[in-house]
Amino acid sequence: MINYDEKIPNNVGLADNRTLQRALEHWQPEFQSWWADMGPEGTTNHDVYLRTAISVDPKGWAHFDYVKMPDYRWGIFLAPAEAGRKVNFGAHKGEAAWQDVPGEYRPNLRRLIVTQGDTEPASVEQQRHLGLTAPSLYDLRNLFQVNVEEGRHLWAMVYLLHAYFGRDGREEAEALLERRSGDADNPRILGAFNEKTPDWLSFFMFTYFTDRDGKYQLASLAESGFDPLARTCRFMLTEEAHHMFVGESGVGRVIQRTCDAMNELRTDDPAKLRAAGVIDLPTIQRYLNFHFSVTMDLFGADVSSNAATFYSTGLKGRFDETKIGDDHLLAGASYPVLEVRGGALQAVEVPALNALNEKLRDDYIRDAAAGVERWNRIPEKAGIPFRLRVPHKAFHRKIGPLAAVHVDPDGHVVDAATWAKHEREWLPSAEDRAFVASLMGRVAEPGRFANWIAPPARGINNQPVDFAYVRFG
Amino acid sequence: MDAPVTEVFRQHLIDPEICIRCNTCEETCPIGAISHDARNYVVDPAKCENCTACIAPCPTGAIDSWRQVPRASAYSLAEQLGWDTLPPQRELPAAAASSEMPPEVARIVADATEGQGGAAPPPWSAAHPYVNLHSVAKPAIATVSGNFRLTGEDASSDVRHIVLDFGPVAFPVLEGQTIGVLPPGTDAHGRPHHPRLYSVASPREGERPRYNNLALTVKRVTEDHDGTPMRGVASNHLCDLAKGDTVKVIGPFGTSFLMPNHPGANLLMVCTGTGSAPMRAMTERRRRRIALNEGGTLMLFFGARREEELPYFGPLLKLPKDFIDINFAFSRSPGEPKRYVQDRIRERGADVARLIADPDTFVYICGLKGMEDGVAQAFADVCRAHGHDWETLLPALRQQGRYHLETY
Ligand SMILES: Cc1cc2nc3c(=O)[nH]c(=O)nc-3n(C[C@H](O)[C@H](O)[C@H](O)COP(=O)(O)OP(=O)(O)OC[C@H]3O[C@@H](n4cnc5c(N)ncnc54)[C@H](O)[C@@H]3O)c2cc1C
Ligand code: SF4
Ligand code: SF4
Repeated sequence: MINYDEKIPNNVGLADNRTLQRALEHWQPEFQSWWADMGPEGTTNHDVYLRTAISVDPKGWAHFDYVKMPDYRWGIFLAPAEAGRKVNFGAHKGEAAWQDVPGEYRPNLRRLIVTQGDTEPASVEQQRHLGLTAPSLYDLRNLFQVNVEEGRHLWAMVYLLHAYFGRDGREEAEALLERRSGDADNPRILGAFNEKTPDWLSFFMFTYFTDRDGKYQLASLAESGFDPLARTCRFMLTEEAHHMFVGESGVGRVIQRTCDAMNELRTDDPAKLRAAGVIDLPTIQRYLNFHFSVTMDLFGADVSSNAATFYSTGLKGRFDETKIGDDHLLAGASYPVLEVRGGALQAVEVPALNALNEKLRDDYIRDAAAGVERWNRIPEKAGIPFRLRVPHKAFHRKIGPLAAVHVDPDGHVVDAATWAKHEREWLPSAEDRAFVASLMGRVAEPGRFANWIAPPARGINNQPVDFAYVRFG
Repeated sequence: MDAPVTEVFRQHLIDPEICIRCNTCEETCPIGAISHDARNYVVDPAKCENCTACIAPCPTGAIDSWRQVPRASAYSLAEQLGWDTLPPQRELPAAAASSEMPPEVARIVADATEGQGGAAPPPWSAAHPYVNLHSVAKPAIATVSGNFRLTGEDASSDVRHIVLDFGPVAFPVLEGQTIGVLPPGTDAHGRPHHPRLYSVASPREGERPRYNNLALTVKRVTEDHDGTPMRGVASNHLCDLAKGDTVKVIGPFGTSFLMPNHPGANLLMVCTGTGSAPMRAMTERRRRRIALNEGGTLMLFFGARREEELPYFGPLLKLPKDFIDINFAFSRSPGEPKRYVQDRIRERGADVARLIADPDTFVYICGLKGMEDGVAQAFADVCRAHGHDWETLLPALRQQGRYHLETY
């Protein structure tokens, strides 16, 4: 028995809801044992300087203190209710937002929630071994912060399943703890979440690109006509920001360190730079290409009748739905998607309702590409004529019609031979990965950083960079 | 103690090099002061109230960026939207460079003057104060040149007279101003402690004239307002200092709770406990100028539990009766009924009413929060009893900078 209001800070009246309590009482030990098996390796005794949400108001949700991760208070928080909120799109537009699951939409809503929920423990599993090779205490702490928040997001989704989907929900909640990232028999639902995150460059790329997909998915779910889902996702978005920060600043610091070394050694020769123990910029570009393209697939097929259904039934909206100035029904509207015609990519107009995945992908690309431009200021400032860029959205796709063709980073369709010839320039090779892996080694002294990464511009929560962000117990 | 009237302010900005455009701040800001375009997130200088609600939630710290800027040329939204990097701090006119009141101090001050409905204008003849010469980022370092216990050995509270020497560092103060002390170490969340304010207890030329020093009256806090034992961070730090130790000081602060300088001005002072500090400063100023025969009446109401608990009791008793009219109120004197400052004010009703009605009288109230209501009630009663109308007097007193209150 656990005292929920103390152990699980929440604003869903957990203490007064016996049914929900019982469901969670059953699930909670399984979560703990999943965390023990699959959470960050060998960390149960560390005191980590974590941010914990203890309530949803600005004063309460960024509470910093040393915490042992298994004691993290995995709260259940919904953003404050918006009075008189309506369904803002689709066939039910203008009706009061639903406080309960409409019977006919049960299966679809459950599927959306389960798919979102599945990504949360998946990334913890993917990142399980990274603690052993953290380049600094600062980075180690950031990794753990990401991990506990993914854990909390799992709680958030499990709460919805338990509170609104009865027995089915309970079974789905259990299944979330049974699937395993990369497991051949029982893998995670989405492909990108079965990839390995073997090294810290991958981790930073993952948090930059893949967690940003999370932002866009959560933002569209935050528009849902099902109010508890909308409110849950809105609060999750505030935490997701930290993950993208870890990615953006992490990659930026790797670039910074490389540029510094290039100027010190007066060379842009990857071999010399590798010998100096930093990651050459072309390798960073190849990692970027890989993570960007894998994330492209997360948005799903370009033309999707499921997405159309989710939208017209008011379950999942567009990014910034209420800020878009159209009819929010998409009646008669069209949207361009890519097709291969006559050996080249060509944009064709399809009904906008069916192109919602593509629209979300395009919104995402604009955001992700803008951050890459911010990275480019680093070599620019260092006087190094090298620019990173995001590859074409059709590059290296595994889902949808584009999976059938080879597309180079510039968006040209190429044949298999050309692809094979250039693949090593475009995507990280086994050698690249081996080299990056060779740099990984734990640095655990406050204020020290591995050679391949620059220190951050600021510490966390105004703490100095050399603060003991993790204390080993 | 209002924020200084100045053309320079602390503009809240977002560092575009660090910001990841995550929208958390825009989502958090309670008054919609933050907006963005495809390139940058920006803070509207016309809207932002420096409430700091957005600071902790920002994952990057980009939001915690500030520049001192002349109000007239604040960075506009259009300018901010065009930035790739934060502009460096501009050179400011020398007089303006230091008029920044840290937001945490502004909050404490707002709290302390709440009882009079916010900061009042200073007396018309007050000297012009210096404020905010030393910031949290660049505090002045003062050296302790004295630390004496003021209360009796058997008193329940330990109140100390602490003299701080600023050496060659500029720290000009006026009677009634406060300074901020930065306690060493960090709080439970690992952040540096917030500053604590202490009233200056010495007159403007210093506790020891011409030595660039000032005095404080500090009570060692050993329990919270509910009586639960706890160790006050700053007061214990100060009370434990030995001669030669150093303290980090910010400020000075205060442009309102200042004494009048014109001859013939009357001071009506009401205080409890360490609220006596500014009263001592003003009284000392007048005492040192006694030979000038400037006129004006000094009347003091001073509350404490017992004689032994009353700071500066001995020295007060030595002051000439025709110089200051002192009225003590002891709430725990053995064998005597409890008396509070408001009781003494009522007992002296005729004199108090006459003073209050005199346009040359300036009223000062300082001490523990909550005392203001009883005092105001007593003033209202004596006015009514002596044919004056408190309801019309009070707004006039406030408006003319003649009614000043600081309770904490
Ligand atoms: C304008 C202004 C002028 C002030 N001038 C003086 C002065 O001249 N001399 C002086 O000693 N103090 C003065 N104070 C109070 C001082 O700033 C501190 O609040 C006080 O010293 C307690 O701080 P601390 O760090 O020791 O305690 P903290 O660690 O801040 O803990 C304070 C706790 O103790 C409680 N508490 C119990 N008694 C007191 C008390 N007497 N004052 C404040 N909190 C108390 C508080 O509610 C709180 O829970 C002034 C305050 C203001 C706002
Ligand atoms: S300080 Fe307060 S008012 Fe200003 S931008 Fe932040 S949240 Fe908004
Ligand atoms: S919260 Fe911080 S990082 Fe996010 S948009 Fe605002 S300033 Fe930028």
